[in-house]
This record gives sequence, structure tokens and C-alpha cells, in this order.
Amino acid sequence: MSLLEIKDLHVEAGGREILKGVTLSLEEGETCVLFGPNGSGKSTLLSTIMGYGQTSVTSGKIIFKGTDITNMSVDRRAKLGIGMMMQRPPNVIGVKLGELVKVTAANGKGTTGHEKEFKMQDFMERDVNVGFSGGEIKRSELLQLSAQSPDFVMLDEPESGVDIENIGLIGKKVHELIRGTDDGRKNVSAFVITHTGQIMDYIGADKAFVLIHGRIAREGDPAAILDDIKQNGYGVDDE
Amino acid sequence: MSRINDEEVRKALDKKAAYGADIDMGRYDEGEKDVEQIEDLSDTPDDIQKKMINVGVNTDDSDKDGTILFINNAMSHCSNRAQEGLIIMSTQKALEKYSWARDYYWKAVDPVKDKYTAKTYEERSDGYFIYVKPGYHLKFPVQTCMMLEQNKSVQNLHNIIVVDDDASCDMITGCTTIHGANDALHVGVSEMYIGENSSLSFTMIHSWNRETAVRPRTNIMMKKNSRYVNNYVLLDPVGTIQSFPTAYLDGEGASCSFNTMCIAHENSNIDTGGCAMLNAPNTGAEILSRNITYGGKMIARGRLIGNAPGVKAHLECKSIILKDGGVTQAIPELEASCADVEMTHEAAVGKIARDQIEYLMSRGLTEDEAVSMIVRGFLVGGIKGLPANLQKDIDAAIDKASEGS
Repeated sequence: MSLLEIKDLHVEAGGREILKGVTLSLEEGETCVLFGPNGSGKSTLLSTIMGYGQTSVTSGKIIFKGTDITNMSVDRRAKLGIGMMMQRPPNVIGVKLGELVKVTAANGKGTTGHEKEFKMQDFMERDVNVGFSGGEIKRSELLQLSAQSPDFVMLDEPESGVDIENIGLIGKKVHELIRGTDDGRKNVSAFVITHTGQIMDYIGADKAFVLIHGRIAREGDPAAILDDIKQNGYGVDDE
Repeated sequence: MSRINDEEVRKALDKKAAYGADIDMGRYDEGEKDVEQIEDLSDTPDDIQKKMINVGVNTDDSDKDGTILFINNAMSHCSNRAQEGLIIMSTQKALEKYSWARDYYWKAVDPVKDKYTAKTYEERSDGYFIYVKPGYHLKFPVQTCMMLEQNKSVQNLHNIIVVDDDASCDMITGCTTIHGANDALHVGVSEMYIGENSSLSFTMIHSWNRETAVRPRTNIMMKKNSRYVNNYVLLDPVGTIQSFPTAYLDGEGASCSFNTMCIAHENSNIDTGGCAMLNAPNTGAEILSRNITYGGKMIARGRLIGNAPGVKAHLECKSIILKDGGVTQAIPELEASCADVEMTHEAAVGKIARDQIEYLMSRGLTEDEAVSMIVRGFLVGGIKGLPANLQKDIDAAIDKASEGS
């Protein structure tokens, strides 16, 4: 049984059909990257798997650990082991990062007290995401995910908006989230959106999907597909 | 304030207030003046103690400089642990004992303002009198609890707080009902005077019953370089509250802030806010109001009046609506009679953004937990400059309210 199975998924957002029949599966311990031009539906696919309300499934199914989660609430999906790093998470005024990390750990399987490793020790008393830079947002998201310790993690462009200095730390922390540290090995499954492929240097992807116009257009070896995209593009105009 | 004309006060007994529903005071009996005397706070009966704690007033007063408990219309307990620098007693007793206390009696609030002030004047109502001598900075807060015990009665109080020059005081005052008092009226006139280079922080936590009517009347007179912080917290259901405390910043460099956090439950009618009269050069004011409407009526007012050069003031009214059916109104007002002022306002009314709730849910919080966490942060963010030892009382009150919603 696959960890995640998506069957002929049709999804609308903002009154428009964005995903037009996506079918894919992801095995336990497998790391998949998702390529695709802007507007092809990559973020919509991740949001739909997490259950965010701005998307609406019109047909098809999402099966996770053998359970149909298509209509499950976001928190139950999280408790089942799904975690997500959003590309642009919302500001949550009044909620302190430290408080969120604490409650996340209480609901999840991870631990607290790691803020220094993420260089977030000065942010714990600050409102979540408010006034954070690109790199700070990524480090904050990864700190939260380390407290949650999901079995399946979705990362929406983990390297975007991150400077050269930060990319090493973020790459290392993404690696630890998925593979664990030397002290504790993990075998978490991951679904990662990337435009540049930069993050692949840190995580070693097993499989790649290419999403175009709301459909999976290609599936195969990540390095080969990335090379091909770099040389020949997606073969479509950006929407 | 000019000499009080008794005839005019009598006429004002029928005068409706500028804001809020009119209350027929004839419906209520006079509140009792013969109340149980508690000599030692540790002997406070359990039920009273529980109610006091609920509004942030502790019977363990080891970290308080003074404590006053009023039940209905009379004082039940008064203690002064600070001794030096602090005078604390009932208003009527202070007027008997100190001739100078008259200088602060009906000098900040006009008895003809409306029927509630007129009634308080006519009744020669009692209340607490707190005086901090020049040069004294109280180490711990002074706490007062005003308890309304008698159903169908009116609790009429007249409080006076004076922080003389170069002095400071933190106060926490909790007002609440007990023993089934529900359809009752609380009227509290409070006159506050802050001397030069002095500060007063006044935190008020209210917890009433579903039909209780509440009409506080508070004015604050401020001298040069004085500072006033007013925190108002109302998290439980109430019948009707209308309150509009006004600070008169008459001394150069004075500054004040009003912070309000209210939850308007179903059938609660809340009309609250604050006003700053910036009458002297380089005075400043901040009025912050954070409210939740949970099916009730919530009016958040704020008024800034700039009458002198160099005035800086900001007003912010924000409300979150958690349940349909109520009414939420933000009424910010700015008025200036001078060019050299900087006065701004910001008002917002609406629901919690769905993406914020879902973001927290994706970390494993249920929808209710996510909403509570956001609401709590929203309300707490509205109270700035709280003395650290009061913050925990407020946090506990919010936790309690969040659990209930």
C-alpha cells in the first residue's frame, strides 16, 4: 500500500478548475519533487492534500495511510502525520512563535527547545511571521515542523527568497526533517515543490513529477527531468 | 469646577446620559449599608474569596500595598500594608478626617453630568479614598474589590484616587456580583488626580451577571509630566455597560493610554471606550480597543481632542466578530483646535482570517483551539504597559473565557 495515493483529483479554487485529474502515488520513505511552470497548480495540489479551505475538491480521492482524507479537517490530517511548509504563511498577530511551537509539539511527535539550531532564539516572543524576512519565515516553518515531526512533509519552494548564507542551514534542516540526524535516523516521506532544484542537493529526491495545466505530464528520475527542463523548458508558455 | 448648585443637581436626577440605554433607577432599592466586616483578609468567606480572585483581587495580599473590599454600599475590609506614604480608607471617612480631602470631592466629575452622577451626589455615596503622598512610589499594587450582592438594588459608589507629585501607584480593581445578584445596578463615580511627574496605572476587571446594568463615571485630572494607564477588561456576560472615562491632560508633557478588551456575549450590550482632552503642549495619548463580539452588541468609542501644540495621539479600535446576530460598532473621533498636532486613528471590524485558523490547524490544533489562540493573542495585544504581576491575573481570566467560548 502506498503512503499517499491521489486518484483522478479535480480541484477548484477561486471559481476556476486548477487541477484537472491528478493521479499519483508516493511510497513510504520516498522523497518526490514536483516541477511545473507558474500557475500549473503545484501549490494548489499541496494545499488540497493539507485540506486548506481555499481549494475545493470537485471529484477524485486522496488516500493517506489507507484512509480517505478527501473531506477530513486540516487538524485531523495533521494528527494523522501530514505536515506542511507554506511558501507564504499568513501573519498571525498576537500568537507568539514560542507558543505555537509548544502547542505544535504537544499535538505532534517532536520536541521543543531547538530554536537555537534554527537561529530562531530571538524570535520566540515575536508574533508568528510578522515582519519576518524570507529566510526567517523558512527557518520558522522548519522549527515548527521539527516540533510536529510529521510522517509526510510537504515543502512549497523551501529555497525561495532565501539568501546564500541561509540556504545551507535550511538545506541541512530539511534533510534532518526527512532523513533524521546521525543520532536518530528517520524515513519520512516528502513532497517538495522546487523551481531551481537547489534543494535536491540536500535531500536526494527519489522521483519527480511535472505538473502542467493541472495534470501530471511526466514522471521519472528527478535529475534527468531537471536537466531536461533546464535545457528545453516545460514546452509551454507561463500562464 | 464651579460651585455646585444643589437645585441643579436635583434637576439632573432625571437627566439621561449622553450614551447608553436609559435606566429607570426607580426600579432598584437602595443598596445596603450594613455589611459583614472582614478584619483579616485571610478570614474572607470562601464564596467571597472565590469571586474576588475571579476579578484579580487576592486575599493573599503579601504582594499588595493595600486592599479594600466593598459589599453593596459599604466598606467590608480595608488594610494598608504600605503604611508610610499611603492613605487608604472610605471616602466619607476621609472627608471627615481630612479637610483637604474636600479639594478632591466633586472636582473632577460634575454631579450634574447625568442622573447617575446626580444620584451619587444626592446620596453622599461612599467609596474608596486612596492618597499617595508626594515622593512615594508604592512598591506593590493597591487592590480594591467592589461586590454587588443585593438583587434589585443599586450600588452607588464614589471613589477618589490622588497620586500627589513625584509619586506612583498601580491599582487593580475588580467589580463583580455575588449571591445571585443579577438584575441590579452598579454606579461608580471615580475621580482621579495625578500630580506633577507622577503616574497611576489603573486596571479594572469586571465580571457581572447577565442582567446587571453598569454605569461607571470616571474622570482623570493630569498635571505636568504625569502618566496615566487605564486598562479595562470585561470577559463575562453582562446586561448593559456604558462607560466613557475622560482624561484631562492639563499639564505639559502629560501622557495617557486607555486599553480596553471586551467580549460581547449574546444579550450583552457594551458601550465603552475613552476620551483624552489634550489641553497642554506636548501631551500624548493612545486609545486601544480590542473586542470580540459573540452575538452581543459592542460599541467601541474613542475620542481624542487636541487643543495645544505638539500633541501626539493615536486611536485604534479593532473588533473580531465570532458569531452572527450581534452588532459591532467602532466610533473613532479626532478633533483638533491647533495646527501643530499629530493625531491618527485606525478601526477594523471583521472575522478572523480563515487562512490563519487553518495555518494553526495544520500544526494539529482543532478549529476551536486555533480560534482561542488567535482571540487570546488579539485581546492580550490590546493591553500594553500592564504591571508584570497583574499580567498573570489577566491571562488567567482570558484562559477562562476562551475555554467557555
